Amino acid sequence: MLLVVEQFLNGLQFGLLLFLLAAGLTLVFGIMDLVNLAHGSLYMMGAYFAATFAAWTGSFLLGALMALGATLVLGIVLEVTALRHLYGRDHLDHVLATFGLILFFNEAVRLIWGPAGLALPLPAWLTVPVPILPGIHYPAYRLAIIAVALLVALLLYLGVMRTRIGMLIRAGASNREMIGALGINIKLLYTLVFGLGAALAGLAGLMQAPILTVQIGMGENILILAFVIIVIGGIGSIRGAFLAAIFVGMIDTLGRAFLPNLLRQVLSGAAASTAAPALSSMLIYLLMAIVLVVRPEGLFPANRR
Amino acid sequence: MKGLSVSKAVTALMLAGLVLLPLYSQLSGNIFILTLFTRIIILALAAASLNLIMGFGGMMSFGHAAYLGIGGYAVGMLAQEGLGSGFIQFPVALAASAIYALVIGALSLRTRGVYFIMITLAFAQMAYYVASGLARYGGDDGLTIYNRSDFSGLINLGNRVQFYYLCLACLFGVVFLIWRIVNSRFGLVVQGLRSNEQRMQAIGFPAKRYKLVCFVISGTMCGLAGALLANNTDFVSPAVMYWTRSGDLMVMVILGGMGTLFGPIMGAVVFLLLEEFLSQITEYWALIMGPLLLLIVLFGRGGIMGVLGRAGRG
Repeated sequence: MLLVVEQFLNGLQFGLLLFLLAAGLTLVFGIMDLVNLAHGSLYMMGAYFAATFAAWTGSFLLGALMALGATLVLGIVLEVTALRHLYGRDHLDHVLATFGLILFFNEAVRLIWGPAGLALPLPAWLTVPVPILPGIHYPAYRLAIIAVALLVALLLYLGVMRTRIGMLIRAGASNREMIGALGINIKLLYTLVFGLGAALAGLAGLMQAPILTVQIGMGENILILAFVIIVIGGIGSIRGAFLAAIFVGMIDTLGRAFLPNLLRQVLSGAAASTAAPALSSMLIYLLMAIVLVVRPEGLFPANRR
Repeated sequence: MKGLSVSKAVTALMLAGLVLLPLYSQLSGNIFILTLFTRIIILALAAASLNLIMGFGGMMSFGHAAYLGIGGYAVGMLAQEGLGSGFIQFPVALAASAIYALVIGALSLRTRGVYFIMITLAFAQMAYYVASGLARYGGDDGLTIYNRSDFSGLINLGNRVQFYYLCLACLFGVVFLIWRIVNSRFGLVVQGLRSNEQRMQAIGFPAKRYKLVCFVISGTMCGLAGALLANNTDFVSPAVMYWTRSGDLMVMVILGGMGTLFGPIMGAVVFLLLEEFLSQITEYWALIMGPLLLLIVLFGRGGIMGVLGRAGRG
């Protein structure tokens, strides 16, 4: 029981973290039609910035805030210098160009911070276990991630659905010529959306940093997960990204936790311990394949919202 | 007319260079260059196979490295089980790649565009995790191949020069085959599907079946590259199938010129030589390579072949 609740919360936390990453990715893709493979690099940069700034200032919160600002600025610089020239080009051009950016960022990080990973220690007040149910404690930091991510999800939802900028963003997603024709500065809007996406990736990276080591290439595995999520959820749909992220986070975490035991019930011990890690890593890809075969447009296509 | 001749001249020079390379290597005693170019030729073969579906068929597979792994593991696993004959290993490698491509293609071709890119990527990642789970065959650490494929005296894969020419012959054979396919009725239908699938279907061509056959041919060719690659490195590991590897192949195709016969070879040669050259100047070679790719995308439309064509026209 204890384990189930704990793994359930872990899954929720991982899913929400993935949502932050996927939301930025799907915003950029849905609105600017840009396939950004370097999104994972922004996640990595968020983590590196946070570890560096926290060490400088001696404060975790201050470091996190500065890192958030830094990834926002980095995203804007990236958009202005390189990516804005790619709008309207073939998706393959995007893949190639942003693949180049991944190489660049990985190497730049190796040059600046060295090949060894960094650690981002947590302040004492975030490491205490919090009682959530009678007899069940859960780490405060993971609860904090859940809270922050839920808050950001809510703000994002309200921002996109209820504000003027959000209205323009949605309009831009369905018809970009039209909103340009209405006299909106579409260049500025795109830059802002990309900056927002970068900041979301940075937020995911800096929040994950204390749990994992901050290291080169950390964005690449998780980027693929984020792509899986937006494909399952339906490209360009924030709601789809949210639901799919929770779903994928749950399946991944619960699969890793419980699949070995489940398999042991049907297979021999040796066979089960061989198959379980591979199968649990494959689960979400299997899920994506099934979703795409049944509903090629994803579960919640953006044009039907 | 002049434009055509520049890219043709450069292509001919490159091909002649590839054919004569072992001679240069023997005369100068530079063995390293032969090893390097063997690898380049094998990856050029993989890139050419990807170009068949991407350049001519408009199907952007982001999981092509999976076939490198499947072809490689077929050789490695058979060698591990004591079946060293190349006459068994290579057909098995090709058949395994073809079957994988048939299953993956049948599922993936239900989608299109970015979804197709993503689903091929997902299936390749699955293959990656399956290979990581093969404890008997090295799991994550990979599998060392102690004896190269044995072609009972016909050709000795342990001999550098013979192996080089085997790889080169395979590359030329594949390019010739692609040329024949592209100019056949079948190839014209596939290219027609790329431009306008609805219209082709209206004329009465079963679109999906044509694309699937093309997909399987491409995967089988890449499986051949995988079998050669495993022989070249005497080693195969899940890393061969990691998604950035598929990205490398895509980069080679686009860099050289997508949808041209010799573009992918050019792309592989330039990409891998650049990687080699830059890594000799600085440990941080990717710092230059990354922005270079970006610049090529921004200013070099149509890849090297496209640039050569424009240079010729002045």
